[in-house]
Amino acid sequence: MITAPTIEYFALAPLLVIFGAAIIGVLVEAFAPRYLRRAIQIPLTLLSLVGAFALVILQTVRGVPTTPAAMGSVAVDGPTLFIWGTILVLSFVSVLLINDEDQFVPSAAAVPGSAEEEKAITEGAAHTEVYPLALFAIGGMLLFPASNDLLIMFVALEVMSLPLYLLCGLARRRRLLSQEASVKYFLLGAFSSAFFLYGTALLYGYAGTVDLAGISQALAVAGGTETLLIVGTALLGVGLFFKIGAAPFQAWKPDVYQGAPTPITALMASGTLVAAFGAVLRVFWVALGNDSWNWAPIMWGVAALTMVVGSILAITQTDIKRMLAYSSIAHAGFLLIGVMAVGDRGQNSLALSGLLFYLVTYGITTVGAFAVVTLVRDPGGEAWHLSRWAGLGKRSPKLAGLFAFFLLAFAGIPLTSGFFGKYAVFSSAVALGQGWLTGLVVLAVVASAAAAFFYVRVIVLMFFSDPSADGPTVVTPSWATSAVVGVSAFATVALGVFPQPVLDLAEKAAKTLFVQ
Amino acid sequence: MTAIPWLSILMGVSVLGALGVSFLKNDKLAKQATLGVSLLVLVLAVVMTVGFSPNGDRFQYAETYDWIPSFGVHYAVAVDGVALVLILLSAVLVPIVVLASWHDAEQGKRSVRTYFALLLVLEAMMIGVFAATDVFLFYVFFEAMLIPMYFMIGSYGGAQRSYAAVKFLLYSLFGGLLMLVAVIALYNVADKNSFLFPDLIGAVTDPTTQKWLFLGFFIAFAIKAPLWPVHTWLPDAAAQAPAGAAVLLVGVLDKVGTYGMLRFCLELFPDAAKWATPVVIALSVIGIVYGAIVAIGQTDIKRLIAYTSISHFGFITMGVFAMTTTAASGATLYMVNHGFSTGVLFLVAGFLIYRRGSQFIADYGGVQKVAPLLAGAFLIAGLSGLSLPGLSTFVSEFMVLLGTYQRYAVPAIIGTTGVILAAIYILWMYQRTMNGPTAESVAEMKDLNGRERWVVAPLIALIVVLGFFPKPLLDVINPAVKESLVNVKVTDPAPVVAVKEGQ
Repeated sequence: MITAPTIEYFALAPLLVIFGAAIIGVLVEAFAPRYLRRAIQIPLTLLSLVGAFALVILQTVRGVPTTPAAMGSVAVDGPTLFIWGTILVLSFVSVLLINDEDQFVPSAAAVPGSAEEEKAITEGAAHTEVYPLALFAIGGMLLFPASNDLLIMFVALEVMSLPLYLLCGLARRRRLLSQEASVKYFLLGAFSSAFFLYGTALLYGYAGTVDLAGISQALAVAGGTETLLIVGTALLGVGLFFKIGAAPFQAWKPDVYQGAPTPITALMASGTLVAAFGAVLRVFWVALGNDSWNWAPIMWGVAALTMVVGSILAITQTDIKRMLAYSSIAHAGFLLIGVMAVGDRGQNSLALSGLLFYLVTYGITTVGAFAVVTLVRDPGGEAWHLSRWAGLGKRSPKLAGLFAFFLLAFAGIPLTSGFFGKYAVFSSAVALGQGWLTGLVVLAVVASAAAAFFYVRVIVLMFFSDPSADGPTVVTPSWATSAVVGVSAFATVALGVFPQPVLDLAEKAAKTLFVQ
Repeated sequence: MTAIPWLSILMGVSVLGALGVSFLKNDKLAKQATLGVSLLVLVLAVVMTVGFSPNGDRFQYAETYDWIPSFGVHYAVAVDGVALVLILLSAVLVPIVVLASWHDAEQGKRSVRTYFALLLVLEAMMIGVFAATDVFLFYVFFEAMLIPMYFMIGSYGGAQRSYAAVKFLLYSLFGGLLMLVAVIALYNVADKNSFLFPDLIGAVTDPTTQKWLFLGFFIAFAIKAPLWPVHTWLPDAAAQAPAGAAVLLVGVLDKVGTYGMLRFCLELFPDAAKWATPVVIALSVIGIVYGAIVAIGQTDIKRLIAYTSISHFGFITMGVFAMTTTAASGATLYMVNHGFSTGVLFLVAGFLIYRRGSQFIADYGGVQKVAPLLAGAFLIAGLSGLSLPGLSTFVSEFMVLLGTYQRYAVPAIIGTTGVILAAIYILWMYQRTMNGPTAESVAEMKDLNGRERWVVAPLIALIVVLGFFPKPLLDVINPAVKESLVNVKVTDPAPVVAVKEGQ
């Protein structure tokens, strides 16, 4: 007789709410008349995100579970709840950006430039499927860092990625670029998933289980099959590094960020990165934590390469979104430093809280920066070329000022949130007191100085150059976009001046570490 | 001692003033408001100074609040004699700069009120950086103050402004980030869960660690000061910055570097500082001579003044690292005097350049005849720059040389050549611009107007008064420097006097 598995519905409630709302969204697409869909989808999406967030808060207040849920396959612990909260907030603001119809193609199936497309535009068609797709992706993002078992993690990876592949191809302008981005992302993403799956298989061969805790236990007892472990770890690492955009697996990021509709880019750059880091931490700390002498040297190289590649290639970019993509790559490198700062329990929770805080600060600033990008437009869409941003400081000083502020936060100037994010991670790495990691921190600050160059370059363009006569116009932002920019700017200031409350939360979340 | 939070009030007034100014629609009103706020800060700073008791506790007007307990960071401000005189220097210079910049920003591309608001923000940060007694807070001010200066150079500067602004920012940022690693490491090595300066004194005992941390701090301060060979950003930044911003850049911001060496490098890492002394003294001496020689060769007035400052900073770092009371007090006094003397030099040069529209010495000649007051002010400022006895810089330069000689005779002697070279660069510049037949292009040049006289007069008065009577400043500086050197565990070498028989 097979006993029914026990499912802790309350612990999984945020996930269920998001996936439930996504399915309702699909039903709305199928049955609601076209003119009503938008009016239903937007409140449905936002409410489900708020609801899920409320459930996360409620769980945190009622006490964090100390055992994994759903027969040990989903771990809802302190870090997970913190990451969930972060992803839900970031998704909420990103969805507010998606709300802008002008970003998405009216009819994705129409060939770019065809009469069919013309017709769709005049009819005012719109793809409201965007909302359920985004919800599925967000659901995947929630499950990804919470999965306590490599197979669940793989499922989460696919649930997160497949809708994103599709969403990337839906940009209204520069459609060919968008479709190219979509195909590239899909192909490379599929490869990386295959790597991940193969790594899972090899680790199963090594440990006889796909359970993260089980693999950890196997490290102590299994002998003679080291090769399986090492190759499995490497393949798993490739899949995960691809998702966070670490070099040498970063090539997709600039193309996809550039091609995707900007609100989707914002969602990927913030939410996906947070989720992927959660997963990286879970795999490398929970499953392979006792094997760090095997993976830490490789990760050291990856982190160093990622920082250098991100910081240096960004200097050569002329597209604002590509530049932000390289910036995101560099930040992934900085974050990886924290992943290596493992030691005893105290050290681990220090590193974890630093990483969690960094993810919050980076995510929120990123969404703000992309929100500004959506506002600066040429007749043919967003003013993507950097030279078009020249003199923006004179045309609309407030917007340019805000963008400059976000850039300074990316660069990690004190009194912005980015500074404390970097500080938290770097200080946890130095606290380990190992020369090899401190050396990497020195490399990281040198890379930060190089990275500052291209952030500053944009500020120079905006403020110190003269505007061209036919410069881009700054559209009057919708209430939603203004709210996004305002909230991000506020958070960037607040976390830069009084980071303590969020630091407290991160510390509390990190204190218990990941459940086994 | 009163419980009035003077330092917070000083910063608060500046910041609120900056906010207020940025909302004023009328440019003229904005300027007047800025001047009012900066004068109020000056008055408050003077009142605070009067209440300071030089022989009392080392740190006075202390305020300590938790800021980020997770990182052990406090909002902790207090002043000792050294910090006090530097805060006073900033408070004196800002209203003068405001007055001098009355028409500068109009040439700029951006609004006048932004410029003046940035000035006030910068003033708050200058006070903060000198007052901070929490290493982390110091670092925050150290980095954050780059931003207003960056925008002042980049938006309101000369033709090459954006290049100069970026170079300035990147150099400083690079040094600052290295210091950040040292700050983090200091916190972890000390393991006191606190960034408070008094907690950290003597916390690092391992010699190797000390050396590494010292280097992290020192490189940042050497770039900031700037010390040869990391000085190349200064001539660009100072030449491109509007005259007012150049005064604050060279007069105050650069002092953060030398102040940081005295306060942090020496006191936190005394052994490493002693280990590094030969190299630092050598670099300083090279800087003194190199700056002076290169200054002689300049054709651009502002670049020339910038190079003279590099020479002067050589004297200051030499005085700091000589580690004798006389030299360190002299170096501190030098920081103040240099602020005044280079300040007035930059400002008068700025007036000159504003009239003629050119920074090049070759475009001038015989200005003395058409604008005697301008030329006179330029001469006195220049003479103060070459340390003429009777003017304030002489006192400090003499003290530095004397104090250095006690321990390092040869560098002091080589350094003395800087005084002679200074006479060449200053007098030759004066001769080329002010003497000789009046160039046609300057024939119509107007003399100093009322506003400009008000800019120049207080500074020249200060230079002369402090030249004859530096005692009030030294009374404040000396006890603080002595306390610093106690933490460094050095004692002044005993004077070697040839005792003659039968006397």
